[in-house]
Amino acid sequence: MSYHIFQSARAQIYSIPFYLTTLGPPLPSLSVPFSRNPRPHSPLRGSARVRSPETSHPARRSSPAAAWRICVIIERNASQSMMKRFVYINDDSSQDSYCDNRISNRKYTLLNFLPKNLWEQFSRFMNQYFLLIACLQLWSLITPVNPASTWGPLIFIFAVSATKEAWDDYNRYLSDKQANEKEVWVVKEGIRKHIQAQDIRIGNIVWLRENDEVPCDLVLIGTSEPQGICYVETAALDGETDLKTRVIPSACIGLAPEQLHKIKGVIECPNPDKDIRRFDGNMRLFPPFIDNDLCPLTINNTLLQSCYLRNTEWACGVAVYTGNETKLGMSRGVPEPKLTAVDAMIDKLTGAIFLFQIVVVIVLGFSGNIWKDTEARKQWYVKYPDEGPWYELLVIPLRFELLCSIMIPISIKVSLDLVKSLYAKFIDWDEEMYDHDTDTPSHAANTAISEDLGQVEYILTDKTGTLTENRMIFRRCCIGGIFYGNENGDALKDAELLNAVAKNVPDVIRFLTIMTICNTVIPVRSNSGAIMYKAQSQDEDALVNAAACLHMVLISKNGNTLEVNFNGSVIQYEILDILEFTSDRKRMSVVVRDCQNEKILLLSKGADEAIFPCAYAGQQIRTSVDAVEQYAQLGLRTLCLGWRELKDDEYEEWSHLFKEASTALFDREWKLAEVCQRLEHDLEILGVTAIEDRLQDGVPETIETLRKSGINFWMLTGDKQNTAIQIALLCNFISSEPKGQLLFINGKTEDEVVRSLERVLLTMRITSSEPKDLAFVVDGWALEVILKQYREAFTELAILSRTAICCRVTPSQKAQLVELLKSCDYRTLAIGDGGNDVRMIQQAHIGVGISGREGLQAARAADYSIGKFRFLKRLILVHGRYSYNRTAFLSQYSFYKSLVICFIQILFSLFSGVSGTSLFNSVSLMAYNVFYTSTPVLTSVLDKDLTEKTVMQHPQILFYCQAGRLLNPSTFAGWFGRSLYHALVVFFISVHAYAGEKCEMEELSMVALSGCIWLQAFVVTLEMNSFTILQHLAIWGNFVAFYVINCIVSTIPSAGMYAIMFRLCKQPSYWITMVLIVAVGMGPVLAIKYFRYTYRSSAINILQQAERSRGIILSMGTLESQLKSVEKDVASLSITQPKNRNPVYEPLLSDSPTATRRSIGSSTFDFFQPSRLSASYSRNCKNN
Amino acid sequence: MNSKGASTSGGDGTRDSSAPRRNSKKPKYSRFTQQELPACKPILTPAWIITAFALVGLVFVPIGLASLSASEQVVEIVDRYDIDCIPEQFQNHQLAYMQSSQTNKTCTRNLIVPRKMNSPVYVYYQLDNFYQNHRRYVKSRSDKQLRSKAYEHVTDSCKPEDKANGSAIVPCGLIAWSLFNDTYKFSLDSKVLEVNKKNIAWKSDQDHKFGSDVYPKNFQSGELIGGAKLNASIPLSEQEDLIVWMRTAALPTFRKLYGKIEVDLELNDKITVVIQNNYNTYSFGGKKKLVLSTTTWIGGKNDFLGVAYLTVGGLCLFLSICFVLLYVFKPRTLGDPSYLSWNRNAAGHPS
Repeated sequence: MSYHIFQSARAQIYSIPFYLTTLGPPLPSLSVPFSRNPRPHSPLRGSARVRSPETSHPARRSSPAAAWRICVIIERNASQSMMKRFVYINDDSSQDSYCDNRISNRKYTLLNFLPKNLWEQFSRFMNQYFLLIACLQLWSLITPVNPASTWGPLIFIFAVSATKEAWDDYNRYLSDKQANEKEVWVVKEGIRKHIQAQDIRIGNIVWLRENDEVPCDLVLIGTSEPQGICYVETAALDGETDLKTRVIPSACIGLAPEQLHKIKGVIECPNPDKDIRRFDGNMRLFPPFIDNDLCPLTINNTLLQSCYLRNTEWACGVAVYTGNETKLGMSRGVPEPKLTAVDAMIDKLTGAIFLFQIVVVIVLGFSGNIWKDTEARKQWYVKYPDEGPWYELLVIPLRFELLCSIMIPISIKVSLDLVKSLYAKFIDWDEEMYDHDTDTPSHAANTAISEDLGQVEYILTDKTGTLTENRMIFRRCCIGGIFYGNENGDALKDAELLNAVAKNVPDVIRFLTIMTICNTVIPVRSNSGAIMYKAQSQDEDALVNAAACLHMVLISKNGNTLEVNFNGSVIQYEILDILEFTSDRKRMSVVVRDCQNEKILLLSKGADEAIFPCAYAGQQIRTSVDAVEQYAQLGLRTLCLGWRELKDDEYEEWSHLFKEASTALFDREWKLAEVCQRLEHDLEILGVTAIEDRLQDGVPETIETLRKSGINFWMLTGDKQNTAIQIALLCNFISSEPKGQLLFINGKTEDEVVRSLERVLLTMRITSSEPKDLAFVVDGWALEVILKQYREAFTELAILSRTAICCRVTPSQKAQLVELLKSCDYRTLAIGDGGNDVRMIQQAHIGVGISGREGLQAARAADYSIGKFRFLKRLILVHGRYSYNRTAFLSQYSFYKSLVICFIQILFSLFSGVSGTSLFNSVSLMAYNVFYTSTPVLTSVLDKDLTEKTVMQHPQILFYCQAGRLLNPSTFAGWFGRSLYHALVVFFISVHAYAGEKCEMEELSMVALSGCIWLQAFVVTLEMNSFTILQHLAIWGNFVAFYVINCIVSTIPSAGMYAIMFRLCKQPSYWITMVLIVAVGMGPVLAIKYFRYTYRSSAINILQQAERSRGIILSMGTLESQLKSVEKDVASLSITQPKNRNPVYEPLLSDSPTATRRSIGSSTFDFFQPSRLSASYSRNCKNN
Repeated sequence: MNSKGASTSGGDGTRDSSAPRRNSKKPKYSRFTQQELPACKPILTPAWIITAFALVGLVFVPIGLASLSASEQVVEIVDRYDIDCIPEQFQNHQLAYMQSSQTNKTCTRNLIVPRKMNSPVYVYYQLDNFYQNHRRYVKSRSDKQLRSKAYEHVTDSCKPEDKANGSAIVPCGLIAWSLFNDTYKFSLDSKVLEVNKKNIAWKSDQDHKFGSDVYPKNFQSGELIGGAKLNASIPLSEQEDLIVWMRTAALPTFRKLYGKIEVDLELNDKITVVIQNNYNTYSFGGKKKLVLSTTTWIGGKNDFLGVAYLTVGGLCLFLSICFVLLYVFKPRTLGDPSYLSWNRNAAGHPS
């Protein structure tokens, strides 16, 4: 605990603006003023021992005054870059200056928990409102009821959410603790020791072994690899799953592990920031190591926290940033809490009610004051003083404010939180969303957004691993124009290929050699002697395994030598160079020396468009091109293989260039690519491999169902266009001609891209009225151009198009596309499985992760994690839909019941001299809101309007949720009207039945209250669709409980309502009154509901009716198959005008000029019951 | 029914898979967690609705008739006396007349019994436009003080009638202070009709709300005299007029029990009432009425319930007939899939 205080205090010291310190006298070493090190010793020592670190800034060499001026200028421009820290390698005496490596993700400490949590809770409007009300209630002059009636629930609500926060924070503390107490190897006083991760200090040398997680930000100084490289996986940092190479700085090359223990030096680096792509530092080693030479450091020399060391035996580095100051720690932000559309709507309605309340208060307060001045002064028994205090004018309005404060139900937040966590639990519990293969149940990490699942309009899906299994299988190949493998079997079983291998056909052998060698796969011999392959890419894994099946087995890779067993004979190769795969080059090559004949070979594999241009002039690549096309048609992933023999002198020459480029400090990647280009030409194309990535089970059905329900699908993939289109066809994503049409947006230059975008847009506009499945296809490059400059046009296209395929897109582009759709106010759901989907998942309204083969990053970042894509159907149609329906009812009912009681109070005040008397006593009011009316409605979490089966059969029904048909201002107006009507009924019947000699205050109050309770029970019953035993128990049990509780309270002599309940229960007129209230209150509601249900039935009603008569369901099945084809067309038609999805039917607008655009939409959707209270509201009208 | 089949098969699956794998993360099956609790799903079929409305109508009409006839059986004599009890010469100075201590406020009224009234005949006074429910008024009392002598000084809530001459008023507050103080003396054929003023308050109030050890003290001793004075030697629990008055009325028009006449009154009996017209309702235009009434099982005379029941019952019958007619002339198959928009559009109107 004390640590946190200490840290925060220190943070304050640090935060003193640094430019203030620059105003001090310029010191010889200009680094000093910028050091944030509170202890002066290290910079001085630094300048004494190191030959002025500022040499890297030539400007500073001029006179101190000039330097100071420049510094100030630079300071203004980039104050960040001027702040330096000095890290003394392996120097135990200087390590206290910076924080240790303790990670803290905690929001609170024990001391600040209460104030901080309260502050956070009170930053919400609702809470401020309730607090204000509660405070006003302490003023006894104006309070109509006991303040406890507000304070009680308020404190309860606060306690509940504070407890939840505390629990979450405690869990964070536990996970931090786990990370902090992890054991790591660190050099202390020249000896390697095992210490806890939290004790790492700046300047410590940390040793990592393969697959270790990097505990803090390190500057690499040594690895097991002689070339001084190591591999890291940075997925946790940037979501990219490919391994990245990190190199040791030139100054450290060639140091033996023993030397690394004793290494001393200084690293100058910027103060911590969150830029994970930049690290501008430099390093100087002290004697006896190479001195005099300042070695620049870049991000390529670092190992950042939370990365994993891969394929490298060991690596060691100097800790430069620790604890929460690491790049990861700095960029770690609390993700914005996601707000559902339903929440937003409830907020809006709350605001509206609040305004209504203000109006009521002003009107009543004003008339109350007038009544007081005109009438009440005549009422001698009220004894109004002639002269009131200054605030007298305010008293009556404030009383009404308090009386009306119950309009906004205090219980709604608790109720909603409660049911939402239950929705989430239902998802966790769902057996049908449990994946047997991987033993993963579904999980709702975010418990607050289940309703949004039912309102999804766009699903953006990854391809590999999400739609497909991400299990690559070598299926076919084409070697030298001969196709191996056919529809019935894969190439591995093709006798012809086996024969060819047996006969040592040179092309085939070479083909296999490339499959075996040209990769970064590492063979590992397991204990049993079997060879396992560790590959970064599933494709390479598939190729090596396939080659092994064809008797070309990769046995071992030791440093640069590589052994292959072919038909029993071991062949050795020496790897000379690896020309790595990058997404720009789209190919990789290796240069090997065949140890048998000392020939140098260049072996390449890559995407067709990257390999074919490298073919030697005159080669017939026709068949290979055909093969690629044919395989892509089948949805297979293709790779082209090629080779060339290199002459020794050619290689020597090139090798020199390559070495130069690979040690370049600037633009290394670009230089390397250029050098590689010089070698990769005149290849002999050997053939094409085709790898299958199978679709997951049930993907086409899931997509078809969800598309039918009106959800638009976008596929965002890093894969190439053809494969993406084929997969899209396979999984019902798009229809083939003539029903569907693909529109391509592409081009070599920006102009071309723009022209094609315009063309596509035009086609889209023209054909939008035709029942045709249009989809546009765009690739990453075109997308970049478009998103940068032609956002508007693309937005329009996005709105018009139901389907889109975006190929070759980067993680950030995926996120950008989500952002684009969000900006059009669509509810988006992003689903993916890999680290590259994390950003899109976090960006979308709902992120769904598939806990798949690419790890759990996506699943961890997501709001929901599921085992298989097909569970999405159930997640949306069942869980999302039910959640939305239930919340819609629950929230509106909460307002309704509060309004009822509030309207009764208002009506009563008209009969009590507008003086703000409360008809109900405090206990009743509190119990009414918190207990009597909350319990029955909570069981709506079990309500099901339609069975899951029916919903699955008729996914179109989801439309009601998408368009927000069950919770919008017009439905709310219905509830509002109902509450007013019920208040009138309850009040006037009570008042008339209990007139004259019976109109005693307590009695009348109890009559009115029980009238409300009776009505509530019937309202809930009428609005509930299905009754389980729990619902019966809650509704009728609550009803009984009301009488029991009131009878108990009636036995307490000091209570205001002493004996009242017993008196009432004995009166026949009481019971007659209750029945009358129910009949008058519910009669019209029931009649209207019945009329609508039968004669203006909504699709939901029809399906409910159909469910009851099972025979019809059967006939519907047959009918459906007949209409299936037509339905699809309608579905596509309906989406062509997505912006016209008005949640309410607008008959008045049908003749207006603006209606022409709408008419298409409304004719499609006129199955909605015409709402009587329709008129103005239109959720999607922003476009018009 | 279908779900049952599905659930059992799911249950079997559970056992199959969990047997080999002990630590399976498979969610445990229960009907609750799978949202498969057996549920009845009533829907609004015409038969149900028509029956329900008809039934409500058929039940309501007799109840209405019964209530109405009960209310009709009640014999009620209402006599407004506030204006008539002011002598001619004071008609324009009603307030002055009331506030003067010199004027004689005795007033005689004659009532004729319209029908036979069986004992007990309740005597009420009715006040109109009197806001006993005004917030300032209704809160101005101290229940603690009324209940027990120990809390005699708890008068905070009684303002502005909490203290007089520096010491607490018992009973304090505006309600007690403004106690109704008109009195009635009944005679039938110049023979005195006894009005029983015992047991007119609620028994529960007498026993538990008003202490038998609390005696009026310092009451009506301030500058302004509000209403009736209390006999300081009688404990509050015996002061039934006060107890009745302290049960505040919820509406500005209310009746309060004055007493009971425990003899039968015959048709055309001429009752003479001598009223001490003390209570000031003239300043705010309130009415004062004297009410003699019998009761039945439903209470006093109140036609509202009977009329309401008859109206609602009639409307329900009417609605059920309407629904029957609608059903006959505009039949509609329930759950006909052709009504589903996506089907309908596809089939009928491809536009």
